[in-house]
Amino acid sequence: MAVPPAKQGGAAHRERLKAERKAERRNRRYRRGLRWSPYAFIAPFFLCFTAFGLFPLLYTGWTSLHHVSLNDPTAMEWDGLHNYTRLLEDEFFWNALRNTFTIGVISTVPQLLMALGVAQLLNYRLRGSTFFRVVMLTPYATSVAAATLVFVLLFGRDYGMVNWALGQVGIDSIDWQNGKWSSQIAVSSIVIWRWTGYNALIYLAAMQAVPNDLYESAALDGASRWQQFIHVTIPSLRPTIQFTVVVSTIGATQLFGEPLLFGGAGGQKGGASHQFQTLGLYMYEQGWINFHLGRAAAIAWTMFLILLVIFPLYLAVIWALRKNPGEKAT
Amino acid sequence: MRMKSHTSHRAVALTAVVALGAVLLAGCADDSDTPGSRSSGGTNGKGKITVTIGVFGVFGYKQAGLYDEYERLNPGVTIKETSIERLDQYYPQLLTHLGTGSGMQDIQALEVGNISEIVNRHSDQFVDLGKAQGVDKNSFVPWKWAQATTASGRTVGLGTDIGPIAICYRKDLFKKAGLPTDPEKVGKLWTGDWQKYVNAGKAYMANAPQGTTFVDAAGGVYNAVISGSVERYYDKDGKLIYKDSPAVKEAWNLAMDVIEGKMTAKLKQFDQTWDQAYANGRFATVSCPPWMLGYIKEKAGTKAEDQWGIASAPKPANWGGSFLSVPEAVKNKDEAIKLATWLTAPEQQAKLFQKQGSFPSSQAAYELPEVASAKHDFFDDAPIGEIFTDAAKDIPTLVIGEKDQIIQNTITDVGILQVEQQGKTPDQGWAAAVKDIDNALDQ
Repeated sequence: MAVPPAKQGGAAHRERLKAERKAERRNRRYRRGLRWSPYAFIAPFFLCFTAFGLFPLLYTGWTSLHHVSLNDPTAMEWDGLHNYTRLLEDEFFWNALRNTFTIGVISTVPQLLMALGVAQLLNYRLRGSTFFRVVMLTPYATSVAAATLVFVLLFGRDYGMVNWALGQVGIDSIDWQNGKWSSQIAVSSIVIWRWTGYNALIYLAAMQAVPNDLYESAALDGASRWQQFIHVTIPSLRPTIQFTVVVSTIGATQLFGEPLLFGGAGGQKGGASHQFQTLGLYMYEQGWINFHLGRAAAIAWTMFLILLVIFPLYLAVIWALRKNPGEKAT
Repeated sequence: MRMKSHTSHRAVALTAVVALGAVLLAGCADDSDTPGSRSSGGTNGKGKITVTIGVFGVFGYKQAGLYDEYERLNPGVTIKETSIERLDQYYPQLLTHLGTGSGMQDIQALEVGNISEIVNRHSDQFVDLGKAQGVDKNSFVPWKWAQATTASGRTVGLGTDIGPIAICYRKDLFKKAGLPTDPEKVGKLWTGDWQKYVNAGKAYMANAPQGTTFVDAAGGVYNAVISGSVERYYDKDGKLIYKDSPAVKEAWNLAMDVIEGKMTAKLKQFDQTWDQAYANGRFATVSCPPWMLGYIKEKAGTKAEDQWGIASAPKPANWGGSFLSVPEAVKNKDEAIKLATWLTAPEQQAKLFQKQGSFPSSQAAYELPEVASAKHDFFDDAPIGEIFTDAAKDIPTLVIGEKDQIIQNTITDVGILQVEQQGKTPDQGWAAAVKDIDNALDQ
């Protein structure tokens, strides 16, 4: 009769074992959940990115290797690298590339310099600083279309305000849209107007993170405000400046809306002699006006590749710059 | 308890992730969707039907009250119009939709500059409206009907309007320059020959009021002249001939004469500066199809009320005009055909002319009182019905090719503008235009 207790004990034991196994299972499931749930949380982004970012990028690359017309976008004919080799001999492409570069330089450089200056001014203690910061951001919040249409009026040849102002100081009217440099300056001025405030606010945020001691000790050493700006503010802002340079470069490469609307009717040509046609406009003209989708895709990918080439160059420059003052400082 | 809470946490997290993903995907999907594709399903519960119609710019059906009238006549039908402002955005979108077979509106408008490409390459994607009930081929101007009909006899579009050209001129400026101001006499200055029009320009410039010129833009003169020539950029067999085409040469040379004589205000048509020049009365004449009248009235403003007159053009020519088509892939095909037929019937075209100034492509409409006795108050009550009916009479059957629009726009926006605004020589301008066109047409 020793069996029943044993049986009882065995049953209890089994129950316990079962519970432990269950707990163990739950525990494993819990740990697995801990491990994988972050991926589930970020999955929506990657799903969306794959569907609407990565796939179009790759498909555009695939398209660029084909002869495709907008008249029948589903009929693709293998063309190898023809679309790319054709671009090398295409003077309109080189013209657009040159314009993109020059407009990029004359819009980005003054824009970032002005943004630095504005940020420095806003960084002083002034009455109603929030008001000024909001004011700085309003151009950025304005739509490209609205801003550009106003600038077209300002830069008008016959009744434009800019020419009127020039006339007041005795300078002859300029046909802004028809000159190579005048049109590029006009387009750049729209870009500068829109983005200076945005960059200034980024600089301002970075400036406020610079420790005050640095300025105090610089002041003790007898540094003037200007010297403080050059030797304390600018070096502290270097990572921020690098960031804005990279972002502005990407923006300048993709410049599209401003020149398109500045050109008025038939704006995709960027003026009668394509004097302000950017790569973005040329891509649009090839794809959506002339219906050469493969060629347009090749231009899009070339723009992407140009950026991929530029950034290592930037990094090299930054690295070289950092090395030199670093050596002097130590 | 703990376990349970974990499971519920996980459940909540999972639901959140799924929901978020769904929302994001739906959001993305929504963007690529067009309103038309959703509503073209048609019935919405109570047996009501929504017919969608896609147009570019202002077609004026809504403004003229035609949709309201149709809805009244056909209870249960609702019409929804989607308009894309610019043709250079509308047409590529239509082509991509045709390519994928979805996203089309039940009725799609087509511009005359694109009709040849549609007829040659896409005719099987559109309903043959020539066979639709109630469509009378003979009520349309023959050449308009022919433009939208394939060699095998499929008619892919019904004409909505045409653009017979007249010349609008400023009476006050003509008077100051010592030219006649009466429409009859003004028309006689240049009857039958565009060269005479240029000569009148020389006479005008000799005594021109300060700061004014004879025409707005050399491109406008080119457009007007070329719009009356039978073979322009392609010959009858569809071969590209624009480089040696006598018609192109004639129109180009006249445009160059106008520039050389400093008769142009150096504007680009449809730019903001052009609008401003209307308001400031900077030029004395402009080639004007009926659809231009509303434009002039709007831009020139009340200041110029009764200063503008309309005279007949040197030669009959047609500038602009559109068609209505029904793609095969739409769900509401039958209702769409009915509506397109109704909108392009003579009575409706006449009403559209009366209210919106789109000149009927239906010759049966010319006898209707809305057209025959039409007058325009802004133009000193000019009998526009009579003027444009006359102008429409002898328009030749133009040979239109697939890429007419690109070729013509490049000649005016590159070739002529380089000479007119940038001071290049005519040879340089022509060479630049040719290079540009070659690049655009290169396969």
